[in-house]
Amino acid sequence: MAAIVRVENLLKTFRIAERRPGLWGAVAGLVHRRHREVRAVDGISFELGPGELVGYIGPNGAGKSTTVKILSGILVPDSGLCEVLGRVPWKQRVETVARIGVVFGQRTQLWWDLPVRESFELLRDIYRIEPGAYRAKSDELIAMLGLERLLDVPVRQLSLGQRMRCDLAAALLHSPELLFLDEPTIGLDAVSKLAVRDFIRRLNRERGASVILTTHDLDDIEALCTRVLVIADGRILCDGPLSDLRARAGSRRSLTVDLVDPAASVDCPEAEIVSRDGQRVQLSFDPTRVKTADLIGRFVARHPVRDLFVENPPIEELVAELYQDARRDPPDLP
Amino acid sequence: MRPYLCILGARFRVQLQYRAAALAGTLTQLFWGLIRVMIFDGFYRSSTAVHPISLAQVVSYVWLSQAAFGMLPDRVEPELRDMIRTGNVTSELLRPIDLYWSWFCRCLAMTLIPTLMRSGPLLAVAFAFLELQTPPGAASVLAAAAAFAGGMLVSSAITALLSIGLFWTVSGDGLTRLSVAAAYLFSGMVLPIPLLPEALQKAAALLPYRYVLDVPMRLYLGHIPASEAPMHLAAQLAWLLVLVAAGRSVLSRGLGRLVVQGG
Amino acid sequence: MRDALTLYLRYAAISIRSQLEYRASCAMFAAASFVISAIDFCALWALFRRFGSLQGWKLQEVALLYGMVNVSFALAEGFARGFDSFETMVRNGGFDRLLVRPRSTALQVAGQELQLMRVGRLAQGALVLFWAAGELDVHWSVARLALAAAAVVSGACLFAGLFVLQATLAFWTTSTLEIVNTVTYGGVETAQYPLDVYRPWFRAFFTFVVPLACVNYMPAHALLGRGGVFGAPAWLNWVAPAMGPAFLAAALGVWQMGVRRYCSTGS
Repeated sequence: MAAIVRVENLLKTFRIAERRPGLWGAVAGLVHRRHREVRAVDGISFELGPGELVGYIGPNGAGKSTTVKILSGILVPDSGLCEVLGRVPWKQRVETVARIGVVFGQRTQLWWDLPVRESFELLRDIYRIEPGAYRAKSDELIAMLGLERLLDVPVRQLSLGQRMRCDLAAALLHSPELLFLDEPTIGLDAVSKLAVRDFIRRLNRERGASVILTTHDLDDIEALCTRVLVIADGRILCDGPLSDLRARAGSRRSLTVDLVDPAASVDCPEAEIVSRDGQRVQLSFDPTRVKTADLIGRFVARHPVRDLFVENPPIEELVAELYQDARRDPPDLP
Repeated sequence: MRPYLCILGARFRVQLQYRAAALAGTLTQLFWGLIRVMIFDGFYRSSTAVHPISLAQVVSYVWLSQAAFGMLPDRVEPELRDMIRTGNVTSELLRPIDLYWSWFCRCLAMTLIPTLMRSGPLLAVAFAFLELQTPPGAASVLAAAAAFAGGMLVSSAITALLSIGLFWTVSGDGLTRLSVAAAYLFSGMVLPIPLLPEALQKAAALLPYRYVLDVPMRLYLGHIPASEAPMHLAAQLAWLLVLVAAGRSVLSRGLGRLVVQGG
Repeated sequence: MRDALTLYLRYAAISIRSQLEYRASCAMFAAASFVISAIDFCALWALFRRFGSLQGWKLQEVALLYGMVNVSFALAEGFARGFDSFETMVRNGGFDRLLVRPRSTALQVAGQELQLMRVGRLAQGALVLFWAAGELDVHWSVARLALAAAAVVSGACLFAGLFVLQATLAFWTTSTLEIVNTVTYGGVETAQYPLDVYRPWFRAFFTFVVPLACVNYMPAHALLGRGGVFGAPAWLNWVAPAMGPAFLAAALGVWQMGVRRYCSTGS
């Protein structure tokens, strides 16, 4: 089957007006503005197949939201190719957006003072959904997200978690084939986060919806995504399964040890001591050079140990490492 | 006194950021002034009777009122409104200064600073090209200066009172709107007070609004002779005292409400 | 087209229901809107009381102008208010939300808010209009009634066009848009009085740049049987209201340009 999203060499530059200081600067700014060019998206290429759930991560200002805006027809890129569901989104905005769903985590699309149900009905009219299809779909979503008791509550009275569940339903009423989720778990409590994640997973696994998920919450990625796109400074640094990201970002692991004697000196040539706090010692090692079991065996032989555990570094650190590498030696321009 | 001057100073710096708005405001006032002058001109040309104020004086009255438009107490202080609406007043209560006067200073800054920024250029243009008269003598200049300063204080006291009235959500809102309507009509912003029908002139005399704009402007024009200034300034001061007293009393009641309602 | 109208009506219904959540303050706003606009008429009436007439126009004739322009403006304010708060929408990213929906952006923006409180000005304007219509010595034939209605609707289109233009400016500048507001509100003030009163350059501005004269002054001339304005033939007074919808169409054209610009600059 054809790709749902196809992006090739996408480029987008913003001109940012520079403000000059002082009153004279403000007046001069009216006549002639100085501009600085910022490459928000600098040659991005990727494809998204049907049923894929890809995590799109990167620091603020990396180009995530610019990409999503281009894909959803809000922005026109300077150059490059982009097809969403076989259409060019900014040329056929209305046709494209009729088949995609967008959730902006920080902004609700529901009408603040109205019961949720009425927002849904207005969206039915906006998207021209057939009454029968609407009824079936809304019943399904209401059941999946547990919204029965929220439908008659004005949106302003919903908790953030409840609102997000309603927003997810609102974005799906027209049965979009592609879903953009922009920070869907931001600010949610732990229970709501799990509910939202669970819903996204079911949507993807059971209904085969394709999803692009931008997030700062790497737990989302870990829980949901089989594939991750890491973007920084407008370029894709890494595109592949989560395990690839782990491999790319260096393969060090950490070993945390609680010693019996808090005053004992530690001697471990196979690993690097990261920190020492009384009896707790943090070590970092490269599993390709020393096997985890060997390291532990040797360490325990040398020092009396109360407890120990090995961890993969959290993705935050992986991603941070990737960024730093990219900053240090930027990839060559094509 | 120090903390209140600090409040004024800080507000001043905030307002200075809105220079573009000030420029646009000046142009707006200019445009409106032109419309009003042309309308008055049309009426005066349609009638040969003698009127209680001459066309030349009306024209100057219009330009002065356009320049001093910012002095009109036509809205509540937005930050105070938000503070009262969200219940953040409590944090203000923690500060070791008198709440009424600190709020009064905010209101004063809100009216004073934009007026200062906007009126200068407008007055300059009106003097140079639009037949704005100069006062008839030094006494009128002094009287008008004192009355404008007093008008600023009266206006701020009205704004403070209205802002404080927002402790009572709906009725406070309604009161504000009623007061704004009255301010337009009875300050001389819509029509010079001397051109109003008798009954409305009587009503204007019973309200504080004319001491914000009308009295200072007519002192400037000499339409109220400088010799009568002491009487008007005394009335202005009396209104100021009444409004401040009212503001303080409403504030203490409002805070009482807050304590009863709040958790 | 019918589809768009249905959607607009849905928006309107929703907006009204939202506002009815705050019944008390809504009624208060409407009352205030009535009083504020009544003050303008009060001033007009006071001036006529003192001066008798204005360049050959009677109070009742001027009241016709006043009523027409205020009803027009209140309709535009009610129906196209969404454009008035558009600047905030661009700044907080709310416009992106509209772009990801498969409908025309202008329709969605217009539907954002239908302000009930505008009935205050509407009622006040209508009251003056009906009073003037009754007092005047005009035979209200079907043609005259149709012209009056067309002029009022056309005026609403013109003001809606100004709201659209003001909103469109937000694509280019985020600093104050007070200038357009000046033309809008200044236009209302201007059109409350006969155009004869104003200087020629000013008349020209409100005839050829912002064709307010075409939707208010000229049809009023026709209704009062006053003949052509400023040397133009009298029949022009009957067709002039076409300028209102034309102005709105032009404004929507500029709006489309603004949207395209937004999509290429993202700001």
